[in-house]
Amino acid sequence: MTWNSPAEFFAMGGYAFYVWGSFGVTALALLIEPLLLKKRRSEVLQSLRRELFAKGKSR
Amino acid sequence: MSVITWKYASPQYFYPLAGKMIPWFSVLALLFGAAGLWLGFFVAPTDAQQGEGYRIIFIHVGASWMSMFIYLTMAFWAGIGLSFNTRMSSMMATALAPTGAMFAFLSLWTGALWGKPMWGTWWVWDARLTSELILLFLYLGFIALQAAIDEPRRADKAGAILALVGVVNVPIIYFSVKWWNTLHQGASVSLTQAPSMAKTMLLGMLMMALCLWMYTLAVALMRVRVIMLERERHSEWVAQLPEVQP
Amino acid sequence: MMNAFGVLSAVVRRDLLVALRRKSEVLTSLFFFVIVASLFPLGIGSEMDLLRKIAPGVLWVAALLAAMLSLNRLFANDYADGTLEQMALSPVPLGLLVTGKILAHWFVAGLPLVLIAPMLGLQYDLSPRALMVLVISLLLGTPLLSLIGAIGAALTLGVRGGGVLVSLLTLPLYIPALIFGAGAVEADISGLGAAGHLSLLAALLTLAVFFAPWATTAALKIALE
Repeated sequence: MTWNSPAEFFAMGGYAFYVWGSFGVTALALLIEPLLLKKRRSEVLQSLRRELFAKGKSR
Repeated sequence: MSVITWKYASPQYFYPLAGKMIPWFSVLALLFGAAGLWLGFFVAPTDAQQGEGYRIIFIHVGASWMSMFIYLTMAFWAGIGLSFNTRMSSMMATALAPTGAMFAFLSLWTGALWGKPMWGTWWVWDARLTSELILLFLYLGFIALQAAIDEPRRADKAGAILALVGVVNVPIIYFSVKWWNTLHQGASVSLTQAPSMAKTMLLGMLMMALCLWMYTLAVALMRVRVIMLERERHSEWVAQLPEVQP
Repeated sequence: MMNAFGVLSAVVRRDLLVALRRKSEVLTSLFFFVIVASLFPLGIGSEMDLLRKIAPGVLWVAALLAAMLSLNRLFANDYADGTLEQMALSPVPLGLLVTGKILAHWFVAGLPLVLIAPMLGLQYDLSPRALMVLVISLLLGTPLLSLIGAIGAALTLGVRGGGVLVSLLTLPLYIPALIFGAGAVEADISGLGAAGHLSLLAALLTLAVFFAPWATTAALKIALE
């Protein structure tokens, strides 16, 4: 095992800013993209549901 | 065999299939990601020259690979869509572009964060970094062109031509940038002189790349499903989907 | 039916005639080139050593932007008044007409830049030899810019915000031309010899002559659908 304590792990041998900056932003991007897609999907579905509902009423 | 393939080439059948595949790819992405992070942070030894800073490699290499691989895949689907007039493949190309652009950006971002402690600058005009920047521009051009055209089929075809022209140009651009780089910089900085890589490092990188690959598949399928709904909103099969019943 | 060369020269002549009627448009990109190239010393300082060093890059970037400025005119007017549609319907292959239009665009927007470049090079104290290499590199490079730019112009035809979009699409594709064009002049100044750069530029031009009109034609057909 390379690390003796959690503090040492988070310090990354003095490269904490660079290592966590890379992994943090990547993790953030990989989280936000699916969330934005979920939102886009629910918006489309909602407008579709509304459209179909209106159609059903007029029928 | 071919009957099955053609069946799934139509949005009506591909939509539920994609929906079934997304959870699998997501789970695979999580598994590979966990394995890659564990290997990268806990098994791979400290690098002799770069200390712990080298651990950025685990994300950087995967992101760079994906950014290039996605561009090729995107151009492939766009080309298929153009020559065989298949809507589904064009939609796939459109769905891949934003993810590819994101990986190009992440590759640049992690490259800058790696360069600062190792070379002392955020940015070097290295042939690879410069090509990656140009690749990002190519993605942005593709996305902007498709966004500017209202009619979906015209956007598909125009984007396809641009993507194919881009694919022809990427090697030329890479070669020209490399040529320019050797004349201007000599051998000051080079990403290629990687230290003899431990097997665990290589394995960790591979796992992370697989994680990003599975992630891309999951997200691209999610996006293509949304695009299908948006474009085919007035068709019968969309009206019959269980999720849109009022 | 006319032979291919007859068609080509007819299209070129017609486009040149149209361009002559709108002199201001033609002169705009030329003036742009002159002004941008003249602004750089004002921004950077009049140190001749420095100017000599940046001259190839500055002149080439300025030429590239000037050539890009005129791209929108390549097809836009003919598209707007329906001429392009008639061209597509005519029995003559559209690719031939497109080649003629690109050639005419080069005569109007590229050749003047080549001719005026030595004068701008003098502002940067380039040697006669370097000036000659600059002219040769532009002579090979500006047609390449017209050919690649035509693809972008055709793709953005009648599209919202086409003017800005065309620069986003074509500038990344211009990079090899810029590298080899400016590199030729630079190599000559530093005594390395420009032959390698110039032959690569010529190779790119040959490639573009074959492929660009074809891609442009495909893009135009999509726009006209």
